[in-house]
Amino acid sequence: MSKKSKEPTSNIPEAVAPEHFVLRLYVSGATPRSAAAIANLREICETHLMGRFDLQVIDIYQQPELARDQQIIAAPTLIKQLPLPLRRLVGDLSKEERVLVSLDLSPKPLTH
Amino acid sequence: MTSNSRKNPLQPPQLAGLEKCPSGISGLDQITGGGLPRGRTTLVCGGSGSGKTLLGMEFLVKGATKFGEAGVFMCFEENAEELAQNVASLGFDVNGLITSKQLVIDYVRIERSEIEETGEYDLEGLFIRLGLAIDSIGAKRVVLDTIETLFAALANAGILRAELRRLFRWLKDKGVTAIVTGERGEGTFTRHGLEEYVSDCVLLLDQRVVENIATRRLRIVKYRGSAHGTNEYPFLLDEQGFTVVPLTAIGLQYAVSTDFISTGVAKLDAMLGGHGYYRGGSLLLSGTAGSGKTSLAAHFLDAACRRGERCLFFAFEESPDQIMRNMRSIGLDLRQWLDKGLLRFHASRPSTFGLEMHLTAIHRATEQFQAQVVVFDPISSFESAGSFPEARAMLMRLVDFLKSRQITSLFTSLTSGGNPSEQSEVGISSLIDTWLLLRNLEQSGERTRLLYILKACGMAHSNQVREFILTDHGVDLLEVYVGPGGILTGSAKAEQDRLDSAANLIRRRDAERKRLVIEHKQKALEAKIAELKAEFELERREMEETIAETESSAQSLIAGRIEAGQRREGTTAAPDKIRKGGRK
Repeated sequence: MSKKSKEPTSNIPEAVAPEHFVLRLYVSGATPRSAAAIANLREICETHLMGRFDLQVIDIYQQPELARDQQIIAAPTLIKQLPLPLRRLVGDLSKEERVLVSLDLSPKPLTH
Repeated sequence: MTSNSRKNPLQPPQLAGLEKCPSGISGLDQITGGGLPRGRTTLVCGGSGSGKTLLGMEFLVKGATKFGEAGVFMCFEENAEELAQNVASLGFDVNGLITSKQLVIDYVRIERSEIEETGEYDLEGLFIRLGLAIDSIGAKRVVLDTIETLFAALANAGILRAELRRLFRWLKDKGVTAIVTGERGEGTFTRHGLEEYVSDCVLLLDQRVVENIATRRLRIVKYRGSAHGTNEYPFLLDEQGFTVVPLTAIGLQYAVSTDFISTGVAKLDAMLGGHGYYRGGSLLLSGTAGSGKTSLAAHFLDAACRRGERCLFFAFEESPDQIMRNMRSIGLDLRQWLDKGLLRFHASRPSTFGLEMHLTAIHRATEQFQAQVVVFDPISSFESAGSFPEARAMLMRLVDFLKSRQITSLFTSLTSGGNPSEQSEVGISSLIDTWLLLRNLEQSGERTRLLYILKACGMAHSNQVREFILTDHGVDLLEVYVGPGGILTGSAKAEQDRLDSAANLIRRRDAERKRLVIEHKQKALEAKIAELKAEFELERREMEETIAETESSAQSLIAGRIEAGQRREGTTAAPDKIRKGGRK
């Protein structure tokens, strides 16, 4: 499914357009790493998912139960709940390319 | 004040000792000298299926139920439900403990395929979850099983190692006593070198299969700041949990009894100084096949039950029914004791499980039944369940255990034919107080049983060999014939007895005859005496008659002369004159 959507290359945004992204970012307090993750994610969303994402940032210090319920072990962790399949991205999301691949938002796979 | 300050420098060696957290696991606290290091982390490593998870779970369950310490179990491999099911087979009610807030199980699910690493991160999520679980019930104990799973899920080993180091430090700061499990690696204790981070206490679990029989073992690799047993200790996992069997934890300091208890065979008691065995002693009956070991053991049991003592019969070769049937043939009704609850059988094949399992099963059965007398029939079969030194070590522990509990024990041992009879198969003779040897003797085309006392520590005993027979009313001991040709038993003895009695008869007849001759001679003598007496009497009479006649004729002659004289003088006879005339 995801591979097929990658094939028509140039028209990715249009092809994935109907898909709405539900993202949850779990961070541990206001650490520089948390801030970096939030900043990186916002940038990616605004660049690639303008108008079709639902992002929530959760501080697991404030809601430790969620860490348990959502099976969080690493911080920061980004969970892509929708579209399926579910993905967990750990780390500060600084490796943009990896983030995009994981979110099936790979921008220009043929330029490499 | 001064005395205090003077005392203090002396006291630290005692006070400085590491505080221990009793695990509540049977035997483990004994070999660790009180438990795991309190407030620190213990690494439990071992191969798959070696019992790491169960050890961890029992540590928490016992902590909650016996020591009032709540615990957190963080599992990385099984979910809470699976875990509860798995340990239910060990008799742990995990769900009950969770409901009563004595236990929290947090299942950390990591799916490698779902995870993508996109930069710097830490494991704060794990810390928060653990912290939440600990704080929610005020846990004192934590188990992480097994944290190495993280290495498979996360690619960045550098971050992981740093975080693990931080985790162990954090656990220490939290003041919880923790167990971390790790899979055994090639040449290292754990596959990912967890031992690097856990420096206080390392336990190694191992399961080895020797000749198709698996034995679990535990070893304390390291226990910083504490004396500990260094051996490999066998352990068991069964429906009652984790049991470590301390090999040599029992010292040689048990009290001994000076009471005697009967062997059930009066003549055997007589051989043993008239009293029987020492109570709480150990007794070995060794002999070849069919020499009557079980029968003698059954007598012993029967006598004990008659005294109202509780007996356990560990049968390793026959079923209880078979034993009872066989014993009925010699007039012993063991079933009545079984029905009265004084006797209990414990039948298992030696090869069913390893020696340690047997040992622990014996421990448990003996403790539960509160047996006063136990019989093992036969111990030689243990060799088939382990190697010779293992069997010996196991029996040593068994004898130690029984002696420490003042339980009188009887072991039978099968000696294979041709072996020197003094060599008991499992070489435990030195552990045994009283040793009876049963032998089969083939002589004049038949086989007889012999019994003698090889050793009876601390009591006077007979040095004689006795013949031992099984009758329909039990065991009986006979005197043997000791003659110039050695000992004779059975029909040879009977034959000898017959020969002896024939010879005796002849001798007796001979004497009788001689006595008759004497009698006859005496009678003859007496007859002769009578004859002589009669003859003499006859002669005497004749003589006397003759004398009388002679005298009377002489008188009449004198009288005639006097008469004649008187006639001539015309006077009647006067005596003096007669005399005068007589003189004339």
